[in-house]
Amino acid sequence: MGAAEPGLSRAAPASRPALTVRGLRKSYPGASSPALDGVDLTLRNGETLAVLGPSGSGKSTLLRAIAGLEPLDGGSIEFGDADERFAVVFQDPGLFPWLSVRQNIALGGRYRRNRDRFEDSRVDDLLGILGLTPLAHTPVQELSGGQAQRVSVGRALAVRPDVLLLDEPFSALDPATRKDLQLWLRGLATELDLTVFLVTHDVDEAITLGDRIGFFAGPRGFRQQWVPARDGTTAEQILAHYRGSDDGSGNWVI
Amino acid sequence: MSGAHRTPQDASGTPTDLDDVARTGPSRSDPSSSDPSRSGPDGPGPGRSAPARTSRRTGSPWAGPAWGVFGVLVTVAVWWAFTHAAAGASTMIAAFQPERMPGAVASLFERGVVVQDGLTSLWRLLCGLAVATGLGVPLGLLIGSYRRFRWTSAPVVQFLRMVSPLSWAPVAVALLGVGNAPVIFLVAAAAVWPITMNTAAGVKALDPLHLRVAETLGATPVERLRTVVLPSIRPFVMTGVRLALGISWVVIVPAEMLGVSSGLGYEILNARDRLAYDEMLVVILVIGLLGMALDQLAQWLLREPAPRR
Repeated sequence: MGAAEPGLSRAAPASRPALTVRGLRKSYPGASSPALDGVDLTLRNGETLAVLGPSGSGKSTLLRAIAGLEPLDGGSIEFGDADERFAVVFQDPGLFPWLSVRQNIALGGRYRRNRDRFEDSRVDDLLGILGLTPLAHTPVQELSGGQAQRVSVGRALAVRPDVLLLDEPFSALDPATRKDLQLWLRGLATELDLTVFLVTHDVDEAITLGDRIGFFAGPRGFRQQWVPARDGTTAEQILAHYRGSDDGSGNWVI
Repeated sequence: MSGAHRTPQDASGTPTDLDDVARTGPSRSDPSSSDPSRSGPDGPGPGRSAPARTSRRTGSPWAGPAWGVFGVLVTVAVWWAFTHAAAGASTMIAAFQPERMPGAVASLFERGVVVQDGLTSLWRLLCGLAVATGLGVPLGLLIGSYRRFRWTSAPVVQFLRMVSPLSWAPVAVALLGVGNAPVIFLVAAAAVWPITMNTAAGVKALDPLHLRVAETLGATPVERLRTVVLPSIRPFVMTGVRLALGISWVVIVPAEMLGVSSGLGYEILNARDRLAYDEMLVVILVIGLLGMALDQLAQWLLREPAPRR
């Protein structure tokens, strides 16, 4: 594990980070090496962290671990708020076909855990924000891929999550729709001051959406990070890391 | 988009009829019936598309029903010819002559038995189906959800469903006495397996992503059951109930020949004992017609609903 946390400003002392991960370990039975072996990261309130990395580096495993979908072997995951409010958007929208668009967005309100934060009137606000008001009562089978994924973002936002976890949310869409939705999500994140943990394999998506971009290089965690707004990071710089990333140096803690 | 709502589908309507091949060649195919995700789990499902298919092929929406009427007329003609040709051989066959039916119907209605017995049979059928659904759906949920339960129960379930429910008739009468209870028991014993098997198939066809979505939104196991599992398996359960309905209607007639003194099955034996063979045949016709009506009603009641708005 890296001994220091080089050059990375921590969250302001007054506010706790939205998410703190320390020493996360995860092995799959039968696998020769662990999928995650001491991963650390900090996600600040209101920022979008885009996680890039080669296929099989375990970045999706990391997201699933944070989402509680993978039992852990060690380490800790702490949310800023004690009730660990997060929501996940998966690569496939996973909408419930027996419900309308509006009912899909309101799904979280049917679960006791979200009762204190969920207001039905917010669903209508969200439909407006997401540009889905005209489709509110449409059966979800009739939606395009991009519309369906916007509904799935709305379903996540309806429970007012402290952290929004996005697992390659746009990778199944055609390039034009993908670009539209990236810009749309960028605006949404700013407008609603969202805290986002985004796993992607699309370098341009990471640059478009990420306040910070972390390069996830394998079980030990992050190797490099960029702050596009400050450094003017280019896709080329990031791609260079894909080509020569495994230099054996210690991991970064981001 | 993911999560296409997998639905049991009519397995009986073949995509291409043979007389159709002769007329139009093999090039016409029906896309709705070739979708592999819509194959049913256990026999035929709600046959929504059959009438539409017929009309598309032959041009007129009345062609199918018209051929049906023709089929009935041919059958009646054969029936008439046979019962007249063989009338000398047996008094029973003579009593079966079609022209004697109106008199038999009148006689049955006069005694008020057909309506009363039909209602009695229907009531027992509904009770049996309710019991079978109440047992079959939870059992199917368990079989579909838990591997170990599936492995443990498989030999017993396979054994029980291959035992004709009527084999239990003496046991049912001995334990439950005479009256409605043994009939309801036998109907439930026949109806429980299609419902169980279809429910289990529905659970196995669940989209794991739907479960994960509910889980990450904080659903408890009970909430997952209510908001994901039950709505997902609904079409499978409906198909199971419809299959069960058909089997139950077949089983209820012999079941009513044992230990009860009402119902359509009893009425067949009653007519035989009174040597009123024409009335016996009328009861058989009523059983068939009621069964057809029940199946139509079930198709309509158990059709897949449009998403709630």
